Amino acid sequence: MERFDAIVVGGGPAGCASAYVMAKAGLNVLLFERGKFAGAKNMWGGAFFGPQLNELIPEFWKEAPVERFVTRHVLSFMAENGSTSLDFKSTRFCAAPYNGFILLRAKFDGWMAQKVEQAGAIVAAGMRVDDLLFQEGRVSGVKVGDEEFPSDIVILADGVNSLLAKKAGLRSDFLPEDMKQGVKEVIELPRETIEQRFNLVNDEGAAIEFVGTCTRGLPGGGFLYTNKNSLSLGLVIELGSLVKSKLKASDLLEEFKHHPDISRLIEGGRTVEYSAHLIPCSGLAMMPKLATGGALVTGDAAALLLGTGLILEGANFAIASGMAAAQTALEAKEKNDFSAGSLSRYEQLLKESFVLQDLNTFRGAPAFLKNRRIYELYPELAFEIFEAIFQSDGMPRKGTLQVVKEIIKRRTSMISIVSDLWKARKAI
Amino acid sequence: MESEEGHLKIEEKLALNKYDQDSEAHITVSKEICTACDQKPCIYACPAECFAFREEHLSFAHEGCLECGSCRIICPKGAIQWAYPRGGFGICYQYG
Ligand SMILES: Cc1cc2nc3c(=O)[nH]c(=O)nc-3n(C[C@H](O)[C@H](O)[C@H](O)COP(=O)(O)OP(=O)(O)OC[C@H]3O[C@@H](n4cnc5c(N)ncnc54)[C@H](O)[C@@H]3O)c2cc1C
Repeated sequence: MERFDAIVVGGGPAGCASAYVMAKAGLNVLLFERGKFAGAKNMWGGAFFGPQLNELIPEFWKEAPVERFVTRHVLSFMAENGSTSLDFKSTRFCAAPYNGFILLRAKFDGWMAQKVEQAGAIVAAGMRVDDLLFQEGRVSGVKVGDEEFPSDIVILADGVNSLLAKKAGLRSDFLPEDMKQGVKEVIELPRETIEQRFNLVNDEGAAIEFVGTCTRGLPGGGFLYTNKNSLSLGLVIELGSLVKSKLKASDLLEEFKHHPDISRLIEGGRTVEYSAHLIPCSGLAMMPKLATGGALVTGDAAALLLGTGLILEGANFAIASGMAAAQTALEAKEKNDFSAGSLSRYEQLLKESFVLQDLNTFRGAPAFLKNRRIYELYPELAFEIFEAIFQSDGMPRKGTLQVVKEIIKRRTSMISIVSDLWKARKAI
Repeated sequence: MESEEGHLKIEEKLALNKYDQDSEAHITVSKEICTACDQKPCIYACPAECFAFREEHLSFAHEGCLECGSCRIICPKGAIQWAYPRGGFGICYQYG
C-alpha cells in the first residue's frame, strides 16, 4: 500500500489550500472529497475576500470562476412596513486586486481542486472518509470503507460537522446555540435585469445584508448577492432560537421573498436551486483543540470563522488556516516529528496571522450578536424615526431631536440604548 | 410550477435540486423514541422538512436531505443515527 506524506479530508477552501501548499512543496498528498466533485456539497452566501488566495495563486481572478466583484455593500434594517439602509459604493473595489469576489461554490471549489491536482496532489472525489487510523495513540491515516490509507499527517478540513475531529479527540459536537443555519435560493434572472435593478455595470456586484423582520427578530439576518445571471438570496438564523420559537427557516425564506423590498428585486426570476448549511458562529468560545499527534483541524471544522455582524468571513479564514496547517506539516516533515508537541506550531502560526488575531479582536461579537433588540427593536425604531422625519402630516413640526426622543421613549428607554451602544463599542 | 400566491412549496424547491439518490438511508431515526418525544425539535430544525409528525407518528424521509447536520445536533434524545451519504451520493449542488 502506498504511503502518503499527507492526507487531507475535505475539498473545501481549507482542504484545497492546504493540499495545494503541501503538493507544491513536493509532498506526496492525497485529498478525499465525499462529493461527486469538490463543491458538490457546499453552499454559502457569496462574498470571498481575496488576499490569501492571491498569495497562493497570484491574480487568481483571471482564471477562477468569479461571478462578480463586490463594489456595492448595502446594510438594510428591515422593518414590518419598510426599511432603512446604508448604501456603500467604491470605485476602488472595482479594480485589481479587488476586495470581494462573488462566487458560487459548486464551480469555485471545483476550480480550486483542479489547481490542487495541477500542483501534483491526488484528488479522490466521491470518497467519504469514515474513520481515522491510530498507531501508538497518534493519528496515522484514514479509513474509507475497509480500505486503509496510512500517512504521516492527516489534515482535517471536513467542515462544520467534522465527525473526524471528534474521533481524533479534538472536539465535541457544536451546540445549536453556537450555530446558525443558512438557507438559500439561487434565482435566475437575465444579466441586464440584474445590472439595472442593482445599479451595476459590467462585472460590478452587490452584496446586501438585511437585519430585522426577515428573521422575525431572531439572531441572524438575510443576504442577497448578485451573480452574473442569478441572485443568491437567503437567511442565516441561530439554530437554537429558531427551534425554540418553533419556526422553520424554509418558511421564513418564503416570507422574506415576499417582503416588498425583496419581491421587486427577484420579480420574474426563476428559482433553480435550494440549499442549506450550518455556520459555526461563536468564535473563540467554541474553538476546539487544534492539534493532536498526527492530525490538525482547519477551517469550519475548527470554527475558525469571523462574524462581526457587518461581515462574515469564512472561506478566507479557511484558506489561511489550511495554509498554516500545510506549513506546520512541512516543518514537521523536515524534523520527521509529527507529535502533538511538534504540531502545536500550527496554533502559533495562526496566532501570528490575522486568523486568531481577528477572532481575538472580535471575541465579544458572538455574545453581543445574541441581543434580540438588534433584530426586533432597532430596525423598527429606525423606521419609525425616519418615517416621522420624512412625513408631512399638515401639523406643526416638532424638532428632530424631540421626535427621536418621543419615539425612543415610547419603544424603549434611553438607558437601554446607551447600554447596548456601550456593549457594541467593545464587541464590534 | 409555482403554487398559489407565488409561494414555492418545499417539495417544489427540493425537486429543483440534483440528487444522486442512494437506496439506503444515511440517516435513521428511532420511531419509538421519536413518537414519545414531547419536543420534536427536528421538525423545525430541518431546512428540507424531512421530518413530519403525522397521525401521532414521526415520519422521516431521507431523499430531500441537504446534509446540513442540524437534526444531528438538535435531537435531545439520541434518536438519530446520522452519517453523510456514501461517497458520491446525496445532494449534488450545481450552484452552491
Ligand atoms: C449561508 C452561508 C453563508 C456564508 N457566507 C459566507 C460569505 O459570504 N463569505 C465567506 O467568506 N464565508 C461565508 N460562509 C462561510 C464559508 O462557507 C465557510 O467558512 C467555508 O466554506 C469553510 O471552508 P472549509 O473548507 O473549512 O469547509 P467546507 O467548505 O464546509 O468544506 C468541507 C468539505 O469537506 C467535505 N467532507 C466532509 N466530510 C467528509 C468526509 N468524511 N470525507 C470526505 N470529504 C468530506 C465536504 O463535502 C466539503 O467539501 C457562509 C456559510 C454559510 C452556510
